[in-house]
Amino acid sequence: MDEQVKMRRQEAKEEPGDVALAGRLVFLAVAMFGFGFLLVPIYDVFCEITGLGGKTNDVAAIVEESVDQDRTIKLGFVTTVNGYAPWEFVAEVEEMTIHPGGIYEATFLATNLTNRHKIAQAVPSVAPAQAARYFKKLECFCFTAQEFAPGETKRMPVRFIVESDLPDYIDTITLAYTFFDTARATDATPTAMHTAH
Amino acid sequence: MTSAVMDAHHSEEHHGPAKGIRRWLYATNHKDIGTMYLVLSLVMFLTGGAMALVIRSELFQPGLQFIAPNVFNQLTTMHALIMVFGAVMPAFVGLANWMIPMMIGAPDMALPRMNNWSFWILPFAFLMLVATFFMPGGAPAAGWTMYPPLVLQTGDAFPYLIFSVHLLGISSIMGAINIIVTIVNMRAPDMSLLKMPMFVWTWLITAYLLLAVMPVLAGAVTMLLTDQFFGTSFFLAAGGGDPVLFQHIFWFFGHPEVYILILPAFGVISEIIPTFSRKPLFGHDSMVYAASSIAFLSFIVWAHHMFTVGMPLTGQLFFMFSTMLIAVPTGVKLFNWIATMWRGTMTFETPMLFAIAILFLFTIGGFSGIMLAIVPADIQYHDSYFVVAHFHYVLVPGSIFAIMAAVYYWLPKWSGHMYNESLGKLHFWLSAVFVNVTFFPMHFLGLAGMPRRIPDYSTQFADFNSIASVGAIGYGLSQLLFVYVVIQCVRGKGAKATSEVWDNPKGLEWTLPSPAPYHSFEVPPKVSSESAFS
Ligand SMILES: [Cu+2]
Repeated sequence: MDEQVKMRRQEAKEEPGDVALAGRLVFLAVAMFGFGFLLVPIYDVFCEITGLGGKTNDVAAIVEESVDQDRTIKLGFVTTVNGYAPWEFVAEVEEMTIHPGGIYEATFLATNLTNRHKIAQAVPSVAPAQAARYFKKLECFCFTAQEFAPGETKRMPVRFIVESDLPDYIDTITLAYTFFDTARATDATPTAMHTAH
Repeated sequence: MTSAVMDAHHSEEHHGPAKGIRRWLYATNHKDIGTMYLVLSLVMFLTGGAMALVIRSELFQPGLQFIAPNVFNQLTTMHALIMVFGAVMPAFVGLANWMIPMMIGAPDMALPRMNNWSFWILPFAFLMLVATFFMPGGAPAAGWTMYPPLVLQTGDAFPYLIFSVHLLGISSIMGAINIIVTIVNMRAPDMSLLKMPMFVWTWLITAYLLLAVMPVLAGAVTMLLTDQFFGTSFFLAAGGGDPVLFQHIFWFFGHPEVYILILPAFGVISEIIPTFSRKPLFGHDSMVYAASSIAFLSFIVWAHHMFTVGMPLTGQLFFMFSTMLIAVPTGVKLFNWIATMWRGTMTFETPMLFAIAILFLFTIGGFSGIMLAIVPADIQYHDSYFVVAHFHYVLVPGSIFAIMAAVYYWLPKWSGHMYNESLGKLHFWLSAVFVNVTFFPMHFLGLAGMPRRIPDYSTQFADFNSIASVGAIGYGLSQLLFVYVVIQCVRGKGAKATSEVWDNPKGLEWTLPSPAPYHSFEVPPKVSSESAFS
């Protein structure tokens, strides 16, 4: 034992036992690197379950519901243009009154204020977050990127249902859209933008 | 030198260090590598400190005096990155390299060539990081937390920032692996795990924390890189990603990281307080369990950094209470340190002064941490100078003081000479006074509503800011005294140190002569009840 300890130092070399343990620890580090990436889908699932971040469905939902005439919900619209990009982006009406279970349509207007071709992507968010999973979009301009000719104005509809099992304490819902100028996608196809999902 | 005598029949390079630059470039000796880590850490400490002084000079008065706002942002970002990754972490790795083999009765670190690598990556990583100041767009300016989408607006520096974080991570991971393998495989035969000194214990736990979270940080910055250059949308809302996700991943790394910065400090003062109280450490085993609990809890508290991004109430409550729970094992540690001093025959040499100051001042940082854990209060304090005061109280009179205490404590063992005790004490008192002058007013600034990371502020904050700036310049200049004391000691100006150095200290490192021989324990030492820790 004494001799062995003495020898290992003077060679400035590694013992097989040390290398084996180091190998297991390297494996742990690599696994944790993978875990960092695993947090991405975990977060998505977590958001879907809890409505965290107000995320809603990003492909068309198919919902059949009977209209609950006894209950009315105030639905407000908020529009934001990200990073002062050259767009005008507004909702046609500021708010509407709806019944859970009914199919409604709202229209948004966007104008490309430049004289170049532009591609934009709208990202929706619902507040309060607890309402997000009951807010189902049947059709939305946010499902795909929108192409704009120079100076073009577009009317863009969203068709949606608020499901009738929406918790009782919610009587106001806000639907917010942020309009992103996806400048880097101008030379890519519009559909190439959903790469993360 | 005993090793020279023992090695006389071996080939030449076993006598001692190689000559000249090759000794350092090809270093595999734990002491040489430890020294290089400590010197690098000192250089980075002075670099990051100089940046802090520019920041504090700008903030001495309201209005813009010396630097443009974007340069200010670059300086706050780089100050943080350099202090965390360049000053504190390498200093503790350097201490680990020097002390762990000597404390567990091993001849050297287990993986000497990897040890060389993990050090030599660092100077290049920092060279790359500091070089970003001269690139178009300047250095990174989005804060050390690198939140997207802001960080994606970094200029040419962006990929260099990411790669230097990668390199720092690789270096830390290799260092951590080396420390774990050394502690697990190379202890003297009769040193069981629970007989290990606390400094070794806290480092073992820290090394596992490093292994668990540095790769997660590497993953997060890799995602930033691919978002910027390869068309992914992990954090880009336009492509279906979520910038808040980055904050979750970052703080999953970030909170354990703060224990990476403080657990070795706990280890250091657990060595110093018993020596100068002339009593064994009170509750050694409970210290081990407390440190392990802190490490475990650090993985389930991260979102306390993000209360204001919007979170369900149950989430807020969970992270609030789990954060407060950390005060329990931390309280156990404080209790044990105080109980160690209780009725001890105390003397107040420089390392002990620093250790006692840590008990007082780190606790202030701990208390402000509990205040920040309270959700409704945090929404008020968030991103204010109160937060700046909080984390500087745990990092400067916590981690930095502990590093300096450790240097004073072990320097005679390393160099074979005593440092100048009265200059050491002067350095302590200057540091202890100025650190409070610098950081205490920041509590008031934060409570009064001054946001962090701003180059200019409204005039009602002027008085406390000028006090803080005076304190910062005083603290910064006092550290030159530390450099002087260390250089004088290393040059052999002090009295010759005995092998025990202090009055009957516990631990195997004091059974070696001073200066410690080039190879520590050629023959595993006997662990007597005198030198065991349990
Ligand atoms: Cu934290």
